[in-house]
Amino acid sequence: MKFIKALWNPKLRSRTISYLVVVAAYILLQAMMATGNLSRLFTSLLVPVTAYTVAAIGLNLNVGISGELNLGQAGFMSIGAFTAVVVSALLEGAGVGALLRLVICIAAGALMAAVMGWLISIPVLKLRGDYLAIVTLAFGQIIMSLLNNVYVGLDPKGLHFAFVTNTIQMEPGGKLLISGPMGATGVSTASTFTAGFLLILIALAVVYNLMYSRNGRAIMASRDNRIAAESVGIKVSQAKTLAFVTASCLAGAAGALYALNYSSFAATKFDFNNSILLLVYVVLGGLGNMTGTVIATALLVVLPEMLRFLQNYRMLIYAIVLIVIMLVSNNEYLRLKMQQLKTKLTRKKGAPANE
Amino acid sequence: MAFLSYLISGLGLGSVYAIIALGYSMVYGIAKMLNFAHGDVIMVGAYVSFFAMTLAGLPFVVSALAAVVICTMLGMTIERLAYKPLRQASSLAVLITAIGVSYFLQNAAQLLWGSDTKIYPTILAGAVSLFGGQLSISYLTIVTILTCILIMVVLILFINKTKTGKAMRACSEDKGAATLMGINVNQIISITFAIGSGLAAIAAVLLCATYPSVYPTLGSMPGIRAFTAAVFGGIGSIPGAFLGGLLLGVIETMAKAYISTQLSDAIVFAVLIVVLLIKPTGLLGRKISEKV
Repeated sequence: MKFIKALWNPKLRSRTISYLVVVAAYILLQAMMATGNLSRLFTSLLVPVTAYTVAAIGLNLNVGISGELNLGQAGFMSIGAFTAVVVSALLEGAGVGALLRLVICIAAGALMAAVMGWLISIPVLKLRGDYLAIVTLAFGQIIMSLLNNVYVGLDPKGLHFAFVTNTIQMEPGGKLLISGPMGATGVSTASTFTAGFLLILIALAVVYNLMYSRNGRAIMASRDNRIAAESVGIKVSQAKTLAFVTASCLAGAAGALYALNYSSFAATKFDFNNSILLLVYVVLGGLGNMTGTVIATALLVVLPEMLRFLQNYRMLIYAIVLIVIMLVSNNEYLRLKMQQLKTKLTRKKGAPANE
Repeated sequence: MAFLSYLISGLGLGSVYAIIALGYSMVYGIAKMLNFAHGDVIMVGAYVSFFAMTLAGLPFVVSALAAVVICTMLGMTIERLAYKPLRQASSLAVLITAIGVSYFLQNAAQLLWGSDTKIYPTILAGAVSLFGGQLSISYLTIVTILTCILIMVVLILFINKTKTGKAMRACSEDKGAATLMGINVNQIISITFAIGSGLAAIAAVLLCATYPSVYPTLGSMPGIRAFTAAVFGGIGSIPGAFLGGLLLGVIETMAKAYISTQLSDAIVFAVLIVVLLIKPTGLLGRKISEKV
């Protein structure tokens, strides 16, 4: 009882809610799957939803907590994804089982994306505001266009790499893992919904632990007022780097999970539009609000499928829904009314307001 | 000689980028927002001029004018319906709305006009031959570059010499103070969107005359490139957008010619990053000093 009470204290409440939402959704979906109430289409969406959720949680750390607009999150997803494809093929050759393979691939994808994130953060975090955003966009485009030209082959002798033109000559029995613009082909899938669910929990744990730690407070202080933070001895660039690298690490893990869900995919799958979509999930869910991110991602990935009955009009309606949500949620009048309602409710529940 | 011909075609492409970048830059300078729907206004302009020529049989210049008129109205409508209610909202909310508008325009175009690629009619064929045929410059490139220079001159005169231009500069400096001086800020923002969208239509016509295919996502890539160009030159600065656009066009063409077609994108963006690291607010951007 005491434990539960501790989880519900104001400091921990938001993370308890996050975990509860994710666990409840998982149980509900599993039950629906077991009873056959989930259509094939939705079942096939489960893993992508979890992957996007993890990447969006990472992006929210970057945009919401650290306050730096990142328009290249999908680029880090693609680094994780392509790393996973190569590692997975190597492990498969060594006869590693699917579950262990998935775990190692996610770890490798996360590690690779974190290293790249760290390298990229050195120039990126020298800039401010919109200039920083455009440089993350540029890096996202660069990553995509480089990966679009990579050829990787695997034969009994080992891995072969080629760039721009496919010059790989393999021994018999070799296969091409990544073939430039065609992307990764012949991936043996390993991702499961349960793995995605666990990855979301890990991502939430990572982000919340960071947020409520000394480093997390440093990150938020740097966001709120850079100069004030510097003046009390916070190393602003270090704090921002930490947030950026963690965010790209999560995106890498998400990319690996995504990659091992499909037998083939192209680098253009993780283009600028994808980075933007992740940003939409984060903003609609609420900046810095992880529960909101989880819910918004799930809803918005599924929404276009739910709108399928509208046939050709569905993406049009999707766009209108997006605009209307932004207009309504930012409406001054409605906001004021909501604020009044909130104070009314809390007053009724708590002690009488001191007037 | 090959170098010279690449340079000139790069300047032609760069001129189109510059015209688009001007729209981005002006809107950013005054409304402080990244208008991601700008690229899709280009697409609408392309369709309008295409249909004006093929269905209505209008001459090229008239179709271009029609595109300018319709895009200007479209730009003002978008501003009025989607961006004006968000004047006080966070810049991220406006950014997401702009993305929503961009999706809307793309999908509306797909529904209205189909997703197939339409072939834009040839406008201006032929080329000038120089140095005994060693160097040929197409008339189209010349027209594009001249149009760009003309637009640039007119815009600079407009911004510096007219009352509205003065009001625009005042708004970009300080909206609050501008309001106190009796400037109708909302109207100025509306005018800015109108000019930007009109320019987008001109860019659309020139772009389609060079690359004659019209499709619903036509605007997104030139949009991103031009946005890059605007940042390159220093976003918010008109000469900066011009310079950034031209440089970007030349770099892209050179990269395609001498290094690799597939990697031209990566090279363009790598140059952008290097420039921003040396000059964090772009080539001609104003330096912002930090105040405590």
